[in-house]
Amino acid sequence: MSEHTVASFDAELQELRRSIMEMGGIAEKMLADATVALVRRDVGLAQSVVTTDFRLDTIQRDIEEKAILTIARRQPMAIDLREVISAIRIASDIERIGDMAKNISKRTLAISGQFEPQRVVLGVERMSDMVLGQLKDILDAYTQLDVDKALEVWRRDGATDALYNSLFRELLTYMMEDPRNITFCTHLLFCAKNVERIGDHTTNVAETIHYLVTGQPITAERPKMDRTAYETGIHDDAAPGAPGA
Amino acid sequence: MPAHAEPKQPPSSEIETSPAMTDLTKPVVAGDAASAPAAAPHGANRPEPKVTASDVKVFYGSAEALHGIDTEIPAHQVTALIGPSGCGKSTFLRCLNRMNDTIEGARVTGRILMDGEDIYDKSLDVVLLRARVGMVFQKPNPFPKSIFENIAYGPRIHGLAKNKAELEEIVERSLRRAGLWEEAKDRLKEPGTGLSGGQQQRLCIARAIAVSPEVILMDEPCSALDPIATARIEELIDELRQNYTIVIVTHSMQQAARVSQKTCFFHLGDLVEEGDTDMIFTNPRDKRTQDYITGRFG
Repeated sequence: MSEHTVASFDAELQELRRSIMEMGGIAEKMLADATVALVRRDVGLAQSVVTTDFRLDTIQRDIEEKAILTIARRQPMAIDLREVISAIRIASDIERIGDMAKNISKRTLAISGQFEPQRVVLGVERMSDMVLGQLKDILDAYTQLDVDKALEVWRRDGATDALYNSLFRELLTYMMEDPRNITFCTHLLFCAKNVERIGDHTTNVAETIHYLVTGQPITAERPKMDRTAYETGIHDDAAPGAPGA
Repeated sequence: MPAHAEPKQPPSSEIETSPAMTDLTKPVVAGDAASAPAAAPHGANRPEPKVTASDVKVFYGSAEALHGIDTEIPAHQVTALIGPSGCGKSTFLRCLNRMNDTIEGARVTGRILMDGEDIYDKSLDVVLLRARVGMVFQKPNPFPKSIFENIAYGPRIHGLAKNKAELEEIVERSLRRAGLWEEAKDRLKEPGTGLSGGQQQRLCIARAIAVSPEVILMDEPCSALDPIATARIEELIDELRQNYTIVIVTHSMQQAARVSQKTCFFHLGDLVEEGDTDMIFTNPRDKRTQDYITGRFG
């Protein structure tokens, strides 16, 4: 994209993009650290994830303020308008991703010192690695304004949801085996759910990138495969169609 | 179910192919699905065109200022003409009421139809045309007469009023429509030039309305006005489109985005892109349009 006649307008948009990338980097590290802390029971690392979250909140607020100022000052049109609106949306998604990573670490702190079936923790780790890949790729797609890459991440999220389904069942099994597992497994279940929702936020970002570049929303249906709401026995009628067996 | 299942694609491809399938089995009827795709790109519910321009070229001496413009001005809509200075938008606007006839050495080719009637037809009365297609200019230019006379002048020379009472009625109605009645009713005998800039511009709009035009052309009507007066004119434009078809030339992209339903972007004498205003300002197709409206050139 060629430059604006008013150079300071370019500088403002550049600054928004730079801030988003900074947020993305922080969120990536938070998720990676939260996962390592969970697997290794590293209380110190978990603690640091919890305290890092405020940085995301600060930058997000800063991005919103700058975006609003840019709208007020420049009345952006077309690609510029989409750029500013996308910055607000993506910042909010990344901020939520930070909240989820923080929550994983809070739970890590809560379950430290309890009995753990390591195998289940490894399931969460595997899922988290997949989502971390999604997060990394979607941030690259944003940097490069690469719609194909964004769509690829968007499609990949179905696999994460499927993995969450099987993890959900596994945890239920442990809980049924021994009620003493319930506290631990419940925390772990929430951790898995947090990771799954981070995946959902990466698809939000993918949708925003698609809109930013093409001006159109993604019209296809979202690859939603979290079917656990139907597997609790409340929705018996849905059971025959339930996937992941 | 496999974990790597493809996300469900929208069934659009099926919808698109089905009319073609039915075409094979049914005789083609005018206005059936087969003709629908042609109208689709500019929005589904497209109103009737009030004015249709085909291959309109304007020459100033030997220089070609407009290079063959094809477009439609939809009835009861506001059409905004935008583009950098010298792009031809004002030239095109002036074609619509043959104001270019008054410029020495200017020549217009191509066809402009209003309600299907050629406005460049030799037998057409230009004075009458300009009553049907009114114009409001950049700088408010009231006649150096009273407020009443400013508005009564047109209806009088066109013989639109049989007597004084009718004329007074036209003056009041025009001032009301232009949103100036309350401010001007007690000073109708005072000179129009004594009004504020914004009031003068509304007086000019009232004057244009007084001869019951069908189309109102506005050439940067707010560029000499302050923001409040501008807002009042914009509000007025929106009301006027109930009764009139409006074409506005403006350098303010925000104004075009606010007041118009259709936007035409001119550049170097070409109509580069036209379409629904909502689309032009959020997702233009042509790079030149994008560059212009985002402030990258011009």
